[in-house]
Amino acid sequence: MRAAWTLLKRDLQLAVREGGAIGTALGFYLLVVAMLPLGLGPDLNLLSRIAPGILWIALLLAALLSLSRIFETDFEDGSLELMALGELPLELVAAIKALAHWLTTGIPLALLAPLLGILLNLDIGAYGVLVLTMLVGTPAISFLGSIGAALTLRARRGGLLLALLVLPLYVPTLIYGITAISSALVAPDAFVPSLLILTALSLGSLVLGPIAAAAALRIQMQ
Amino acid sequence: MQLTGENLVLQRGQRTLCEHLSFAVTAGEVLLLTGPNGAGKTTLLRAIAGFLAPAAGAIELKGGDTEQTVGEQAHFVGHANGVKSNLTVTENLEFWAAFLAPKSNRMSHIERIDKALEDFNLLSLADIPAGYLSAGQKRRLGLARLVLAHRPLWLLDEPTSSLDDASATNLANVVNAHVAAGGLAIAATHLPLGFEPARELRLGRVAAS
Amino acid sequence: MQTQSFTQRFANPTRFMAFSGALMPWLAGLSVLVIAYALYRGFTAPPDYQQGKTIYIMYIHVPAAWLGMMGYALIAASSFGLLVFRHPLADVSAKTAAPIGAAFTLLALITGSLWGKPMWGTYWVWDARLTSVLILFFLYLGLIALRSSIEDEPLAAKLTAVLALVGVIILPFIKISVEGLDIPSLGISIPAWNTLHQPSSVFRSDGPKIHISQLVPLLISAIGFTLLFFTMHLKAMRNEILRRRVKSLRLAEVDRARASETTVAAE
Repeated sequence: MRAAWTLLKRDLQLAVREGGAIGTALGFYLLVVAMLPLGLGPDLNLLSRIAPGILWIALLLAALLSLSRIFETDFEDGSLELMALGELPLELVAAIKALAHWLTTGIPLALLAPLLGILLNLDIGAYGVLVLTMLVGTPAISFLGSIGAALTLRARRGGLLLALLVLPLYVPTLIYGITAISSALVAPDAFVPSLLILTALSLGSLVLGPIAAAAALRIQMQ
Repeated sequence: MQLTGENLVLQRGQRTLCEHLSFAVTAGEVLLLTGPNGAGKTTLLRAIAGFLAPAAGAIELKGGDTEQTVGEQAHFVGHANGVKSNLTVTENLEFWAAFLAPKSNRMSHIERIDKALEDFNLLSLADIPAGYLSAGQKRRLGLARLVLAHRPLWLLDEPTSSLDDASATNLANVVNAHVAAGGLAIAATHLPLGFEPARELRLGRVAAS
Repeated sequence: MQTQSFTQRFANPTRFMAFSGALMPWLAGLSVLVIAYALYRGFTAPPDYQQGKTIYIMYIHVPAAWLGMMGYALIAASSFGLLVFRHPLADVSAKTAAPIGAAFTLLALITGSLWGKPMWGTYWVWDARLTSVLILFFLYLGLIALRSSIEDEPLAAKLTAVLALVGVIILPFIKISVEGLDIPSLGISIPAWNTLHQPSSVFRSDGPKIHISQLVPLLISAIGFTLLFFTMHLKAMRNEILRRRVKSLRLAEVDRARASETTVAAE
């Protein structure tokens, strides 16, 4: 476990020192949300009705931008090969790198969401629920996304391909994330079940993501 | 301790690189892999490390830890150095020391890092971010991993690439000390490395059949 | 030779070529006959009292939707065969099934859209079942795109296999989240995301809810299109094996040329 902790610490340290990536994702999130009213018109009623959907989809897109970073630099500079020869199973290496991605991308994006909710006239009462569902749902984005990141390491047009591969995998998370928020606003009874399903999806991705990503990484290193 | 390969068939893509290759390296000696480009030197080293499975044959480390794979008992130095530009030289070494030898304590990590800095003449660069280093200095940093954790088998792919003569001599001293202490090493090379005692395994291209 | 299992003998591409070559014309002929008979039975059946003649679209739409799903299952099974058993034909099967399965899925979407116009008044509605077929189509596109963007073929084969297995694990969750799930005996009831679609009328715990005069042609049609799927799959596998042989012959030619160049240089 010491090795796992060391790796997490290093990945967080690198994310902070490289800096730009988190800022880019946050900036992109802000920009997409700000662009949508320009396209849809400034009708505040319409915006507040579709705000949860916009905030979730824009968050998916912003997180998608940074997914390729999970393994890319370590694959290119040979670090990943050396990690594969360590005592830590490659599945755990993949899990920790996805966790680092969640800590440095998922959480900041989820915390930025209520601020962007103001731009969309989202009901103040929904802010707590919004952040809660996003914190619960975003691990699935990082962990399922790590599969796509591992699969596209040696592909041409890796970035676009990555989006094509992982977006369909996010459908359940997206649907229950939005269901949870809208049910909290109109039908409180349905909120807890939706949140539980969202949690279950994230927990499932915690298992599936690292196993599949490690399998893909082993194939990439052949 | 002895590393053996028996009747290996190695393939890269759809090409067969070597057929019916057998070799043995015993503790206390170095095996030099030579041969033209494309003869399969790198592929053989990667197969020993366990990155790719041989199409036929077996690789075994006799007298090693049966709980671990051969790769987990080996240091692998490939073409890439595994160096992070945004970490200082010491931070790079600290990470690999803690990652590769998680069971030993912090004091022994510090001792080993000091030894690594000294062996590869990196002391004056210790606090500099690795991004500022020249190609040769980065290579030395990559090689310095060898002494951070004890592993009996060293797999070195063109270890002296971008090293100057003095650094190559330093490397030879480190490898010879490892071998003299009962370690094994396999190095793929085009140049004389000054490793001893060494035997040579010449790989040739497999004729198309 | 006698000790080899059936799958082992079948695994040999040369035997596969001989066997499939003999099988091809029979399979192709049979699928044409069965589909023709199914369409004849279907189109001469009385029109639906509610849906009128548009019900005829069903005889293509429903088999296409089934085969879209079966195609993905076939790819997943072949991918498992490649990753776990390293079966030499597994990747040929997975690779060639993808465009065919995608084509049937697209056919289900197009026929569904044509059926939707008279029924719902619009070509496309975000109906739960149509949406989940659309996502299945995206999963197919992902498989094809990943394979085509990696040059090293054995590498592409294994990575695509990993993706197919991930897809087949997540597919039920996508279906449930879009279409809902209702198992009264277990007390499970998850509402559908949004639905206008008629629920499946063939696979139901209380027996098919479709008139026998429509059910029989539908089932015959499903058998016919399944035969067509396998005819096309077998043909595509044969093509792929030949393409790989040509490729390895070319590689061998390059190697031979290089070897003779080095001998000349040595002399």
